[in-house]
Amino acid sequence: MLAVMEAIIYVADEPVKPEQLQEVFPGETKESLERALRTTAEAFNERPGGMAIREVAGGFRMTTRPEYHEQIREYLKTRPNAKLSMASLETLAVVAYKQPVTLAEILAIRGKKSSSALHTLLEKNLVAIVGRKQVVGRPILYGTSREFLIHFGLNSLKDLPTLEEFAQLASEQL
Amino acid sequence: MGNDQDLSPDAGETFEATGVTIRLEAFEGPLDLLLHLIKREEIDIWNIPIAHITRQYLEYIQIMKDLNINLAAEWLMMASTLIYIKSRMLVPQEQKGESGDEEAEDPRHELVYQLLEHQKFKNAAEMLHTREEVEGAVWNKPPADALEDAGEIVDVSLFDLLRAFHEVVRRFEEQQILEVNQEEITVEQMIQDIRKRLFVHDAILFSALFAESRSKRRMIVTFLALLELVRLHEVRLRQKRTFEEIHILKTKETA
Repeated sequence: MLAVMEAIIYVADEPVKPEQLQEVFPGETKESLERALRTTAEAFNERPGGMAIREVAGGFRMTTRPEYHEQIREYLKTRPNAKLSMASLETLAVVAYKQPVTLAEILAIRGKKSSSALHTLLEKNLVAIVGRKQVVGRPILYGTSREFLIHFGLNSLKDLPTLEEFAQLASEQL
Repeated sequence: MGNDQDLSPDAGETFEATGVTIRLEAFEGPLDLLLHLIKREEIDIWNIPIAHITRQYLEYIQIMKDLNINLAAEWLMMASTLIYIKSRMLVPQEQKGESGDEEAEDPRHELVYQLLEHQKFKNAAEMLHTREEVEGAVWNKPPADALEDAGEIVDVSLFDLLRAFHEVVRRFEEQQILEVNQEEITVEQMIQDIRKRLFVHDAILFSALFAESRSKRRMIVTFLALLELVRLHEVRLRQKRTFEEIHILKTKETA
């Protein structure tokens, strides 16, 4: 079963979730499949090699190991992707921690207009429209997407450090 | 910077400062400047010398004005906030005790809270930046666009659609959700709504399209909107196998 899982993780385009394996392993529960996936990943990662299985966005995905990035870039002849600007990252942080959140609420926290940063994030699929707030004007509510988890290598939003940790840090810095 | 910018009629005023303007808009706001001043002068955030900080802040505003930088409204709003706080600090607190409180609230409190909040999210942004760096150093196989390429893709017929819609309505009735009066949305508005969603996502699940619906009327409107978009060739419908979930995809023209 572990070998099959490893193979499936290899061919999958998206992180493999336990429930997606229920057709392949009938009779297994979601929980047992999740345990098996985790065992597969651990066993795989113990072996020395250029690849690793990582837990991302609630599933398991095979990636190259970060330590080889220079040689891989050399081979692929690519340069590091354009990273998000600090303005976009700050806006994204507000969305991630305060979601679902409106543009006005983002403005209140950042103290400056954020519509262009938000537009960038929507274009990159890191942020999605999740509904409308039931107040006057019914402003659009924004939240982070699954792509957000994947982009930042998070398994779930619970993986983010708590805001209290950043508050603690902030009061030490100031 | 291209020379052609010199030639455009309205570039003259801000041309010299263009580089700085971009920087300001992309990175910095009034709160960033205040945090910068507080850190540089090692000021205790809980006891900000408002007169001093206000003077410094206004100096920066003047510098930016001298550089022809187009200041957004929030910069001037912060300036007036600072001046307001400063004037409140000068007023002797005579009304103390009137409200029963031992101490009248420090007029700086709100600003301090805002600054701490801002710093907090700056820290969170830093964390995201670090994570992004790490993620940028790993590769997985480029998505093969499974829905496009897989051989088993079946085109969705109108009957499949009707069956799927029937299923959605049936589930809705089963759940016995009270019919909430959602505002009366027209098919036209719903078409716009779906377009917006497809602008954000490459594909939407048929069932997800109805997830927000709390009335049968809205479901029907959604369904009609979808049919119209199919007719206009703005969306394509695909499923991997008959009876499987239907995916709504942008057509090449709209993508």
